Amino acid sequence: MTYKSMLGLLFLLSVSSAFGQTVKIGELNSYKVFAAFLEPYKKGMELAVEEVNAGGGVLGRKLELVVRDDGGTPGDAVRVAEELIAREKANVLMGTFASNVGLAVANLAAQRKVLFIASEPLTDKIVWENGNRYTFRLRPSTYMQTAMLVPEAAKLKKKRWAIVYPNYEYGQSATASFKKLLRQAQPDAEFVAEQAPALGKIDAGAVVQALAEARPDAIFSSLFAADLQKFVREGNTRGLFKNTVVFNLLAGEPEYLDTLKDETPEGWWVTGYPWSEINTPEHKTFRDAYQKRWKDYPRQGSVVGYTAVHAAAEAFKKAKSVETEKLIEALKGLQMQTPFGPILWRAVDHQSTMGAYVGQLARKGGKGAMVNWRYADGAKYQPSDGEIRALRKE
Amino acid sequence: MSGSAVLLQFLNGLAGASSLFLVAAGLSLIFGVSRIVNFAHGSLYMLGMYLAVWLSAKVGFWAGVPLAVLAVGAFGALVERLLLRRIYRAPELLQLLATFALVLVIKDFALWAWGPEDMLGPRAPGLTGAVTIAGRQFPQYDLFLIALGPAVFAFLHVLLTKTRFGILIRAATEDREMVGALGVDQWWLFTTVFALGAALAGLGGALAVPREPANLEIDLALVSDAFVVVVVGGMGSIPGAFLAALLIGEIKAFCIGLGYSEITLVAEFIVMAVVLVLRPWGLLGRPLAEVRGGPLTEGFGFASRKLMLIVIVALAIAPLLSDGYALVLLTDMLVFALFAVSLHLLLGPGGMVSFGHAAYFGLGAYAAALLLLRWRLPMELALLAAPLAAAAGAALFGWFCVRLSGIYLAMLTLAFAQIVWSIAFQWDAVTGGSNGLVGIWPAPWLASRTAYYFVTLALCAGAIACLWRIVASPFGYALRGCRDSPLRAEAIGIDVRSLQWTAFIVAGTFAGLAGALFAFSKGSISPETLSVPRSVDGLVMVLLGGVQTLTGPVWGAALFTWLEDAVSREIAYWRAAIGAVILLLVLAFPQGIGGAFKRWFSR
Repeated sequence: MTYKSMLGLLFLLSVSSAFGQTVKIGELNSYKVFAAFLEPYKKGMELAVEEVNAGGGVLGRKLELVVRDDGGTPGDAVRVAEELIAREKANVLMGTFASNVGLAVANLAAQRKVLFIASEPLTDKIVWENGNRYTFRLRPSTYMQTAMLVPEAAKLKKKRWAIVYPNYEYGQSATASFKKLLRQAQPDAEFVAEQAPALGKIDAGAVVQALAEARPDAIFSSLFAADLQKFVREGNTRGLFKNTVVFNLLAGEPEYLDTLKDETPEGWWVTGYPWSEINTPEHKTFRDAYQKRWKDYPRQGSVVGYTAVHAAAEAFKKAKSVETEKLIEALKGLQMQTPFGPILWRAVDHQSTMGAYVGQLARKGGKGAMVNWRYADGAKYQPSDGEIRALRKE
Repeated sequence: MSGSAVLLQFLNGLAGASSLFLVAAGLSLIFGVSRIVNFAHGSLYMLGMYLAVWLSAKVGFWAGVPLAVLAVGAFGALVERLLLRRIYRAPELLQLLATFALVLVIKDFALWAWGPEDMLGPRAPGLTGAVTIAGRQFPQYDLFLIALGPAVFAFLHVLLTKTRFGILIRAATEDREMVGALGVDQWWLFTTVFALGAALAGLGGALAVPREPANLEIDLALVSDAFVVVVVGGMGSIPGAFLAALLIGEIKAFCIGLGYSEITLVAEFIVMAVVLVLRPWGLLGRPLAEVRGGPLTEGFGFASRKLMLIVIVALAIAPLLSDGYALVLLTDMLVFALFAVSLHLLLGPGGMVSFGHAAYFGLGAYAAALLLLRWRLPMELALLAAPLAAAAGAALFGWFCVRLSGIYLAMLTLAFAQIVWSIAFQWDAVTGGSNGLVGIWPAPWLASRTAYYFVTLALCAGAIACLWRIVASPFGYALRGCRDSPLRAEAIGIDVRSLQWTAFIVAGTFAGLAGALFAFSKGSISPETLSVPRSVDGLVMVLLGGVQTLTGPVWGAALFTWLEDAVSREIAYWRAAIGAVILLLVLAFPQGIGGAFKRWFSR
């Protein structure tokens, strides 16, 4: 092949992709690093794409999902996002899990002027300090989930609180928000001990021991995954939880709860997703469709992936266009149905009002479950618009 | 802390020390005899964990553990015979590359075989409860571990001092060529030692099951801990490893007990840095026997000069063919090529292995970001000034590092890199903590992908040319002299340490430039730019390209970056695929790609 014909071919290729027949969602996520959460997430997305296309697609075109592994680091993620923008000509970027990766991609989205729906990252900063015009976030943030637990915590009137959190931004901001909100609700609360083990490397025996020495009435924890399992096992053996109430963010999510099996600590207050017990029509429809498609039960990640794709589809439909600026205007204030009920995409900070379920852990038939649960609507657990505007420097 | 709290934390520390010792002992044995820096040691531990959880469900915990240990030991023997044996004669450190590839393959194997979810294993039957000590509940199983550590230590001690096998191992640790010359079957010795080391890692993993779930992140978390213990104790010294494990286990437990849990992020690395600065061969280690036959570095022949010119011209016209993603990828390749070439100055001509080169890359990146965001310098100035921060870092750390040699030097670079990393990670107000900093974009006239690509091309090509010129200069030759024979170099009047220190600073400065270019190309940075995986990537690039060649690191960087990009897009198990490609390359081209090129051209 001569040089000229190669150039011609390249040209043809680029033309054909620009006038492609599909509307593209460019999805990037740390599929290998956080596989336990993201495999169900991917299944949720694929189900949603099939639903959208069965219903005629969007803008008369088929919806296409281009999925990439972002390697789990901000540097690689930015490169992958560039590929989705430049080579795949994705109409919208979606995904990311870890907060630093989410922030890096949000930052790129603003530079390249592409819409980015951050589905998973929990960091408050992505919609507050580092929020930008091009970035929207689906999941309830660290602040929101912490705020959901505070009313129950304050009701107990426990005085001595100990805190344990994984030492990175998620744990740090959960801790800061919890202290602030609890002091507001219960001014006499004291914080008697604080442990910040490195993420994934908790020395559970020593941490449990140190917490017990402080003789707390209650514990607030934002541990998850392997750290949580180690903490639970050591705490059970060493009797830490006998006379102490524990509040633990995220521990009710099937991804983390299911691994605890018959060691699930009873009575803990958690945020999570009691998938088998939610019988609202919208959740039943979703659960049945998911189980039919995948022969498996939905996890928290499934709902997030599923909802994120539907949100993108709704935005395309409302904007009647794939242009970024029109999509942004469409997403602001967009109302849509989700397996958790209706949500709204807030114009003030680009945060969706998707909520979470708050309840207590229990053992049922050798497995962990959530009882006494209620749905906490994300719209109710927000700082004032004024505070948010100040943080966003708008 | 009350008296009983102190006692309990002391016991916690002992339990932690026991598990650390099991893993470290195996690593120390393997290194002592074969000089292999076994990156895959954590993966063997992980394999032991998964196997133990899996087998426990079938045959019970106490039967599952020995089975898992045997399986991991057998796997270790297989790895040694099929893989490592083929490359003992290759340039040193190539084995490191091979074991790195194994890490990738084993991780994806575990994912494939046992799925992504953490597997919480059973508690040990008979030891599920707790005993009351000083009014507190203490797990029975931890008492068992506390007893087991010294038991294994005693077993190894008897094995090494009282048996013929042990005498041979110790002899090989002292001088393996001599052992071979005396008619001992080295191969048999190597295989057995590797299998024994692997089995110890497997035992450590299997016995960790009642305390933590088997998960896919444990391998890398563990291998760095194990290395620290081995190095603090003194490579090849089992009593040293035991002592170091106790020291680190206790320090960590008391950091937590006293409420300084944040320090556990780097506690072991601080200990290591202090120990190595005070005792260059670890607590109980002795100077290592020299491994004979140092590496060479090729000159810069006419053929490679022509090739480089072609490459530069091709890169310069690349924007005509694509203005999109290809330029993004090429920018990454150029940045990493510069990073790899700067590391090569230390690794090749300098003969100093660095496990912490990311420190200078990251210092450059953070300096660029802070100069731009906080000092409000113009972007162009920030880019050019940032390498100075890396130079300062390299001057400080290098001053300590050049006083050591071999693996100790390498581990001290790692310790410094981890300390810098932890500062960036923890100092929220300045560095943005674990999230890092965003909004680090080039000035408007450089903002387009094409413009920034040209800047990167010009700076990287210029810097690489400069580094190569340095290698071919009298300074470079003197550096090689210091590497090949420090004694003779000193005898002819070369100040070895200050020369090596200068090399550190030069390499650090250029790595800093690469880091600054990286920061502006991504628009954001996080502690990841300073992390161990970044350092390891650099090593992999240099070794893949060929440490004995001059241009090899460039090819290695380009290939590795391209592989990561292309393979991760096309293949679900991309880590295993990359690992397999590296293994193939290692077996096919033990001299690296650069070495293969060279042979091909000179034919």
